Amino acid sequence: MTVILYIAMGIALLTTVIALTRLNAIHALLYLITSLLAIAVVFFLLGAHFAAALEVIIYAGAIMVLFVFTVMMLNLGPPAIEQERRWFVPGMWAGPGIFLLMLLGEIIYLVYNLRGIETSGTGGSPSEVGVSLYTTYLLGIEISSMLLLAGVVGAYHLGRRAILPVAEEPTRPLLLTEGRKS
Amino acid sequence: MTPIPLDLGLLFAAVLFLLGALGVLVRRNIIFMLLSLEVMFNAAGLAFIVAGSRWGQPDGQVMFFFILTMAAAEVSVGLALVLRLRHLLGTLDVDAAATMRE
Repeated sequence: MTVILYIAMGIALLTTVIALTRLNAIHALLYLITSLLAIAVVFFLLGAHFAAALEVIIYAGAIMVLFVFTVMMLNLGPPAIEQERRWFVPGMWAGPGIFLLMLLGEIIYLVYNLRGIETSGTGGSPSEVGVSLYTTYLLGIEISSMLLLAGVVGAYHLGRRAILPVAEEPTRPLLLTEGRKS
Repeated sequence: MTPIPLDLGLLFAAVLFLLGALGVLVRRNIIFMLLSLEVMFNAAGLAFIVAGSRWGQPDGQVMFFFILTMAAAEVSVGLALVLRLRHLLGTLDVDAAATMRE
């Protein structure tokens, strides 16, 4: 079991690195989906079965598909990859990389104090999670449902004009409220 | 299922989070920045799950659920903004958005 966990962790880290260094957006998305599935395996092995299912269904299934559809709608071609190649030079990532490595060193030092503590191997069964969601965290559920509603309305309003043809666009940039006229 | 060292799980989450942060800082393409944000959200949720597994309580998964909801709402609005940016400026460069306000 432990070996499976280590393999899943390694796959997750490796595919995340590969995904964030790709030039082609679709390739990056496919690697990131692999990474999310590996993290779902980690969740399952930690005993969080409900979270593992959510990770597969919502993260890998819904959010990443949304990304894929957007990239398809943007219709990026070889010029976009050429542009990425020009942007993605060592001078660009060396500075942030060094400082984030220092931060990682600090985290390793701090986490080292937790040495010897182990997880329990169970993170609450799905029914326990459901009961907790609808009793203790009921207000949180209501707030997150309102957040999702706001997301739906915002995405609809912002994305509506973008897929129409650009025949009679005014010269100045559109204000966000002008979508209502059409 | 299987008990693992707590520091290993937290370190895994921290490395994933820093990878996402590096992606946000380094990439100029707005799609890759949104992807890196997703990695960071996911790493934060992972830390909650590991902590929830430490005490065997469902609260970690509840927090992961809330993070998931927020990530879904963020990504829907963010991708609509990406489409709009591409529509208005013809590029995915975040620096080009500095001129959006005229």
